[in-house]
Amino acid sequence: MAVNAPVWREIKASYAFVERNTNLSKRYWGWELTFLLYTVAQSASVIYIAYATPGAVGKHIDPHPFVLYLAIGALTWSYMANMFMAIAESVQWERWEGTIEYTMMAPINVFTYIVGSCLFGVLYGLVRTSLVLVALIFLFHLEANPAGLLPALAIVTLGSVSFIGLGIMAATLPLLFTEKGAQMTYVIEACLLLISGVYFPISVLPSWMQPLSHLSPATYVLSGIRDVLLKHPTSTIMVHTLVPLAVIGILTVPLGFWVFSWAEHYAKRTGRLKRTG
Amino acid sequence: MNGVLELKVAEDLIARRSAVDRALHVVHVSKYFGGPSRFNRPGKKQPKRVSAVDDVSLTVMRGEIYGVLGANGSGKSTLIRLISTLLLPDAGSVEVFGLDVVTEAAQVKRLINRVSVEASLFKKLSAMENLTYAARLYSVDTRAARTNVIRILGALGISEARIRQPVEKMSRGMQQKVSIARALLTSPVMLLLDEPTTGLDPRSKKDVQKFVLDLRDSHDATVLLTSHDMEEADALCDRLAIVDKGRIVVEGTPLALKEEYMRRHRLDTLPSLEDVFMEVTGRSLEDSDFDPDAEDEVMSGS
Repeated sequence: MAVNAPVWREIKASYAFVERNTNLSKRYWGWELTFLLYTVAQSASVIYIAYATPGAVGKHIDPHPFVLYLAIGALTWSYMANMFMAIAESVQWERWEGTIEYTMMAPINVFTYIVGSCLFGVLYGLVRTSLVLVALIFLFHLEANPAGLLPALAIVTLGSVSFIGLGIMAATLPLLFTEKGAQMTYVIEACLLLISGVYFPISVLPSWMQPLSHLSPATYVLSGIRDVLLKHPTSTIMVHTLVPLAVIGILTVPLGFWVFSWAEHYAKRTGRLKRTG
Repeated sequence: MNGVLELKVAEDLIARRSAVDRALHVVHVSKYFGGPSRFNRPGKKQPKRVSAVDDVSLTVMRGEIYGVLGANGSGKSTLIRLISTLLLPDAGSVEVFGLDVVTEAAQVKRLINRVSVEASLFKKLSAMENLTYAARLYSVDTRAARTNVIRILGALGISEARIRQPVEKMSRGMQQKVSIARALLTSPVMLLLDEPTTGLDPRSKKDVQKFVLDLRDSHDATVLLTSHDMEEADALCDRLAIVDKGRIVVEGTPLALKEEYMRRHRLDTLPSLEDVFMEVTGRSLEDSDFDPDAEDEVMSGS
């Protein structure tokens, strides 16, 4: 019991971040609604490309597989990007409010801080993406292979863990670069969008860029989900998707914790916790 | 032989007692910002190293209210951050109740809390939401915390209805009281107050000052208070140190410092603490050429 008490204390403390961020989201409900509308509009704009393509290429082809291809890209990216940014912006958010020193002064482990931020990131990403999904089903009458839904869920779950590692590393940028750190996280997000095959297969990328795609967990998540929802889920697909995701997760999550701890130490040595960005 | 043994035991007891009674022990601490780094290109002008805290040593006993007085940019806030585990010292050591702030930071964090010149709250959240968040981080039972929030803020003159409103709708004084409640909620044995009354209206200032005294008397807390308000320091502090350019230039009880000045200048009446401050630092607070953000700029190395 004595051994578990500190662990339980840290788990309960991590909930503080979930509750705080949920309260903040509720208070910023107007902005949340605006951003939701933005995401729906952006996703719909991309999906309409599928309907325009037959006319643009001058061939009569069924646009529906392409609609689903783009919808999977839009929804998966909506979830991944929201989760990534919720984690990556956790430090920046505290800088805006001027509370970072108080959080860093609290008697909690750095893991607790990160786990709490990640938990909220996952929940936030899921809720937002579910709402976007409802809007897209309404607009495009999306229909996917029902047999692929559970495998897709497994892929998203493991993919989330891999993405969390990247999010933690991105969260260190506002710790290290007090004024421009947040903007740097947007650059990372944009690069991931480019190389992960969100709206196009990675085969269309220049040959020098394609190896970079294999470093992004989103590449495996997207190709895996498309395979199980547009084709048929097979064990080969699952192995080829889940194994790389597990490897990336095993590497990036501990690396993320290590990088964050190092950044915290550096910020305390150089006085960068104070400056509000 | 017995006499020697008894003396040794007595010495050990005194040493142990003083270690327990010593709330804060700062030994030759220095903190620098900026200066040359391996990332600076050779041939380019190297950034200047700024000394924010320079070889500071002080001891605060349990239950004391100890003041650190100085102009803006004199190193007061940097010293508080070093004690708060938010900065790592470049030299020297800091101990809070015998625990080192660098190697035993986790335990030190459980003993301390801080109120700074800025309230530093989530402005969109209510006082209750802000304080519940703090309670969770410090493993304080949230149900008990909610009751305590109402009690503490009530004592500071904030009604229950206001507690549930967003902090952004509160005045600066009220926000600062919420910040004080946040610190008290965690029952710290050492409270670090970094200019807690700066910018407050006279009534709020009085409320906060009364609360600091109550805290020491009824909660057995040790208080380290930084200020550039001489009257406040005179009224609250048992002992104080005046700092200038990161160094302690004089230390003692307010009365002793004033008496020493009176004796040196052969005066008939006690001078003000400001007179003492001007003499030992060579400048007045009003004439100070420091700007309010000076220390923050020092910290960012700019």
